[in-house]
Amino acid sequence: MKNETNSKVKKFVKKLFKRKIVIFAAFLVVFFVITAIFAPLLTPYDPYKGDFRAVLAKPGRAHWLGTDETGRDVLTRIFYGARTSLMIGVVSVMISACIGVLLGLISAYYGGIINLVISRFVDVMMSLPSLMIALALGMVIGRGTFSLMVILGISTIPTYTRMMAGQVLSIKNRDYVIAEKVMGATNGRILLKHILPNCFSPILVLLTSNIGMTILAESSLSFLGMGITPPTASWGAMVSQGSAKLLINPVYGIAPGICVCLLVYGFNVLGDGLRDVLDPRLRGSL
Amino acid sequence: MGRYMFKRIGQAVVVLLLVSIFAYLLTYMIPGDPVYAMLGGDITQEQYDIAYEAMHLDQPIVLRYFHWLMNFVTGNWGDSYRYSQPVAALLGARLPVTMYLGIWSIIISTIIGIILGVLCGTHRGKLLDSILITCANFGAVMPAFWLAVLGMYIFALKLGILPTHGFVLPTENLAESVRTTVLPLIALSVGSIGGTTRQMRSGMLDVIRQDYIRTARSKGLTERAVTWKHAFRNAVLPVVTLTGMSFRNIVAGAISIEQIFAIGGMGSLMINSILSKDVAVVQACIMLTAIVVTISNLVVDIAYGVIDPRIRVE
Repeated sequence: MKNETNSKVKKFVKKLFKRKIVIFAAFLVVFFVITAIFAPLLTPYDPYKGDFRAVLAKPGRAHWLGTDETGRDVLTRIFYGARTSLMIGVVSVMISACIGVLLGLISAYYGGIINLVISRFVDVMMSLPSLMIALALGMVIGRGTFSLMVILGISTIPTYTRMMAGQVLSIKNRDYVIAEKVMGATNGRILLKHILPNCFSPILVLLTSNIGMTILAESSLSFLGMGITPPTASWGAMVSQGSAKLLINPVYGIAPGICVCLLVYGFNVLGDGLRDVLDPRLRGSL
Repeated sequence: MGRYMFKRIGQAVVVLLLVSIFAYLLTYMIPGDPVYAMLGGDITQEQYDIAYEAMHLDQPIVLRYFHWLMNFVTGNWGDSYRYSQPVAALLGARLPVTMYLGIWSIIISTIIGIILGVLCGTHRGKLLDSILITCANFGAVMPAFWLAVLGMYIFALKLGILPTHGFVLPTENLAESVRTTVLPLIALSVGSIGGTTRQMRSGMLDVIRQDYIRTARSKGLTERAVTWKHAFRNAVLPVVTLTGMSFRNIVAGAISIEQIFAIGGMGSLMINSILSKDVAVVQACIMLTAIVVTISNLVVDIAYGVIDPRIRVE
């Protein structure tokens, strides 16, 4: 039994990494995860304490990417920014996936009035750009790491709900589900034991690429001053502050943006790769 | 067809009403006194009393909502305390700027995206395809605000060929207008060029496998005729939906770009109002965006229903 799962995993990994671009994407993600975890070991500097003798220093031997306006090392702040981005990305995707999947499941399975209410809720969310919903919620809930996770989580619920509803509708009238019903299984059992496991692949694919999109949204909110509260390091906020100091140390404003691109790209391509393996019908479509 | 249209319009109205409830409740969800939320903290007791009366705060919330909705529908959107101006006048001056930039960005990104997508689709697996799709994937994830900062650094600060900020409408001064819109337009469009290219490419790849394409080829048609007359027309349909949906992102995309280039549009108005908690303006921005998005979705859906009768049944 154990051998069988092992060979299955091996086959999955082999298929996933058949395309070189997916290896590259996985490398990017792993790279940033490692820098986020081992940030304190990778740098001799403190991300919050500045060196006032080296304010806005240009990139050099002591500070590879220079320093910011309070003399903090930019590279160190980038390492810690990876921490912020990944933490927020993962947690808020978990929040939105849990709520969104649940709503999609019950809305499509039960239909009727429940479906009507949930679909209208989704329509409302979809009629506004998610950045706008996040900003409006930010006004209500306030700023800070935890609020940001909740806000970004709520604003991406509809994608999961739509996807799950579609999946459930295609599964709920299959023979094996009807057979379960005939045998007297409760609705809860059918939903959790039969329908949910069947939707595992599309959820995983969506999760992966949504982590990327959430990181992108976090950087936009922090750039606009509605996200992370200083002094916590955030790539978006660094671009915002650095953009005012472009003539003194351009690297300060530009390097964090490159990190956003690379990390989000990594998650997106990894998501595409997963979809190619898990959902062969769509293979090669992107 | 009549029934389908009627149903879709009904749904759109319901969605707009629900959005209006959300927008209205913002006043009450913000921590603190709703009068202060509307007028800011810096008011006298008399002003407070007048506002209390005007907001009908002595009445039940449902009645208050209807008062507000009636006012909104009749064009009375309240006053902005930050700008001491009616919200309608504020938005009237700023919406055209945002729409001007947004619509140009949609046109540019749709045309370039379609061309690049077709190129990818017809060169599948070749070097050109790999290069273009990698660029498109990166383009789709580049933060617009970062592109704007990068563009500003290279073209405005280093090369000095474009202005760092400001915006001029083409009706005032055409040459200056072009100079001021280049950088914002690039920053606004790169992301959607990436998205459209991906969509167009996958559309082409789906279509090119179909039997009727093989038939067209075996009839001896040139590759160009097959691509543009047969494959393109069917592959472009999903892109039409995508373009309809990109209206959703005009205001959202404009928020950071207008802020960076100091453009007086709806995006910068929205973020400044959110930062200073100027609720009346935020409410109007949300409602306007929802109206634009809902109407554009409606138009796309109905157009689809006309083109493809199968959709009407669902």
